[in-house]
Amino acid sequence: MISDSIPRPASAARQLFLARSDFDALIGALRASGRTVIGPTIRDGAIVYDEIESAAMLPAGMGDEQSAGRYRLTDRGDGLLFGYTVGPTSWKRFTFPPQLNIAEARRAGGVAFDQPPVEVPQLAFLGVRACEIAALAVQDRVFLGGQFTDEDFRARRKAALVVAVQCTTYSSTCFCSSMGTGPAVRGGYDILLTEIEDGFVVQVGSPSGAAIVTQLPTRKPTHAETGAAIDSVEAVRAGLGEPLPMAGVDERLKQQLENPHWGVVADRCVECGNCTMACPTCFCTASVERSDMEGRLSVTERVWDSCFDVNFARVAGGDFRGRPRDRYRQWLTHKFSSWMDQFGSFGCVGCGRCIAWCPVGIDITEEVAALREPASDARGGSHGDA
Amino acid sequence: MGPGVAERLVPSPYALAEIWRETADVWSLALEPRGRDGLPAAAPGQFNMLYAFGVGEAPISISGMPEGGGPLVHTVRAVGNVTRALCEARPGDVLGVRGPYGSSWPVEAARGRDVVVVAGGIGLAPLRPVLTHVIAHRDEYRRVALVYGARTPADVLYRSALERWRSRFDLHVDVTVDSAGRGWGGNVGHVTDLLPSVPFDVADAVAFVCGPEIMMRFAVRDLLDRGASPADVHVSLERNMKCAVGLCGHCQLGAEFVCRSGPVYPYERVSPLLGVREL
Amino acid sequence: METRSLDELLGEHNFFEGMDPRYLTFIAGCGRNVAFHPGAWIARDGDAADSFYAIRHGQVAIEVHSPRTGALVIQTLGDGAVLGWSWLFPPYRWHFDVRAVEPTRAVQFDGTCLRGKCDDDPAMGYEFMKRFARVLTRSLEATRLQLLDVYGEERAPAGAAATEERPLGPRGG
Repeated sequence: MISDSIPRPASAARQLFLARSDFDALIGALRASGRTVIGPTIRDGAIVYDEIESAAMLPAGMGDEQSAGRYRLTDRGDGLLFGYTVGPTSWKRFTFPPQLNIAEARRAGGVAFDQPPVEVPQLAFLGVRACEIAALAVQDRVFLGGQFTDEDFRARRKAALVVAVQCTTYSSTCFCSSMGTGPAVRGGYDILLTEIEDGFVVQVGSPSGAAIVTQLPTRKPTHAETGAAIDSVEAVRAGLGEPLPMAGVDERLKQQLENPHWGVVADRCVECGNCTMACPTCFCTASVERSDMEGRLSVTERVWDSCFDVNFARVAGGDFRGRPRDRYRQWLTHKFSSWMDQFGSFGCVGCGRCIAWCPVGIDITEEVAALREPASDARGGSHGDA
Repeated sequence: MGPGVAERLVPSPYALAEIWRETADVWSLALEPRGRDGLPAAAPGQFNMLYAFGVGEAPISISGMPEGGGPLVHTVRAVGNVTRALCEARPGDVLGVRGPYGSSWPVEAARGRDVVVVAGGIGLAPLRPVLTHVIAHRDEYRRVALVYGARTPADVLYRSALERWRSRFDLHVDVTVDSAGRGWGGNVGHVTDLLPSVPFDVADAVAFVCGPEIMMRFAVRDLLDRGASPADVHVSLERNMKCAVGLCGHCQLGAEFVCRSGPVYPYERVSPLLGVREL
Repeated sequence: METRSLDELLGEHNFFEGMDPRYLTFIAGCGRNVAFHPGAWIARDGDAADSFYAIRHGQVAIEVHSPRTGALVIQTLGDGAVLGWSWLFPPYRWHFDVRAVEPTRAVQFDGTCLRGKCDDDPAMGYEFMKRFARVLTRSLEATRLQLLDVYGEERAPAGAAATEERPLGPRGG
């Protein structure tokens, strides 16, 4: 559901209980409605979002241990279906595909241009976290809020049912509370699930969600069950601790563009672009031309790109952002400063993916904290041109 | 057919009516729409994305407007894959054009005032529509001046147009080159050397500056030193552009999407951004 | 035709604008009116440099000659410009060729005389040198911009190509 919603507080009257043993009924109902279910599943030692056909494909009993530059799956020894946080992939790849054909040119005599046919699948996103709902809302503003809109994104967003899940655990890399995006889900969902010991407290968020939930073997939750649901979210909030001070960071960063600390970070950054790929809100793309061997058909493909690419800002007159420190500065200042001017919010939702998946463990919250203040001697001088 | 990205990412077919060489690596292309009416009317300073089959797109300023009573003209310097392919096109070839995009030189706001046009190298191309417009509405403007700098005499663009403009009594036109052999007979020196002898009222003039970024910086500085207001000096910036609709992220300068709020800006809007190296 | 005194002419020249009229009279004592036809040599590389010129009207070209390039014009000077700095310091030799391009009228100052007057009246000398230094700094700046060859590596207007530098392999880059 496209999020222009005002967050709605939980209403006890609309809550239901679904036993864990009946979870397949939810997946079955989603599939029966003509949707492909995308949900968390294990691949290559990580929990990623991919097509799932039954609850058996969910990473039951698995947890994750994340820190700067580190991600490990763990065995929780329980039966929880959603006892982990976020993995390297995000819902971005389904609303904003890594590759998309955007124009076709056919040459036969002259040249004719056309829009290529695109199939938008009906999907259900199963297991969307609060930070991810915020990321989808950020994408809504980027792709639908300006003078030019991305209609492919609009169609995919409309075609995806959002089954959100309250986080009942957290990683050291999470900082949603600092960005105001979590840990609790507030709106932006069709169905909301909170996992407790024996099953799920279920909340309906839209008519589409209601149409699915009515088919499920639910009952009214007990007082203890609704209490446990509230408590588990509260425990996450408490565990996350004091939120980092983010107010005014966008304005302060504008004064820090020449801070020598950029050079310090650049000495560590290897310009791999993992952060931009894992980030659920990064939206930079490039155009690639792919033509057939006979020279009769040429397709323009839009592909994900990264501002860390050395050619990203290159023009015939020279390279803008030729140094790693300039590109790192672009990434961070876009996310925490320019984005605010462009779209009215931060680009970051505090999911922590860039921290876990950075091969050298750069923690963006530490870098923001280091940069929000004017350079001090204790931070060390510039290491010269990186 | 299912939904795709916005229609405006699909080019319109334009036939190459004529192509001619301006300098060693610069060509001008005259394009005519095939079939349908063609793209919306453009304003001076705007650009189109030009597409070469099988190679890709490049953002190129419009250097000749159909509204002026002629074909759509783009002046292209062959520096990369796409621009080389465009410059190798032959009459009859069909290219893709989408646009017009971007902001334009404020020629309307300049009415009743002195106009100073400062161009360097191929920067004269996006400024030519300004000259065409001002000359077509000459009595709406006060004093009008063009100073233009090129690398060598062989790199002077639009030479016959320059000579025509220079022969008018109601235009101040001065041209210089960075270096020349003896046959040139004209000015040798940097384009900023020509500014002191341009007569204009700093309190009531509008300046349009376009060229390599270094040249623009020094020309703007000289104009401001003379007393022009940063709100009345306009520059055209260059950034890497792929989509031209503010969605691909490449053209950002600080928070500005140069393809949308630019490429033409009043200097006061971009001077803090231009002051930060490698932004 | 009304003739005007040299100090009057100097007062109208860009370089001397606003200078104390007493200084102008003092300096004018070193000067005389000269005129050059188009093509005439004003100075040759290696000649004794004992003149400073205030160009009133016309155009001169400063040239360098090399076997590879032939005569290369590196700068032209027009109305209101000043020409020559080799008269300031030993060995007082011109390092470039200078030729009139258009009919040119100038005031030529004798270098020895000018140096002497600046020594005699340091206050006037300082005033003169300040203006001279300004001319030199602007000239140096313009020269640097010429050296940078800013138009050499320049762009196609409004940005570079969308798929520049990407090899057209099976994946398009």
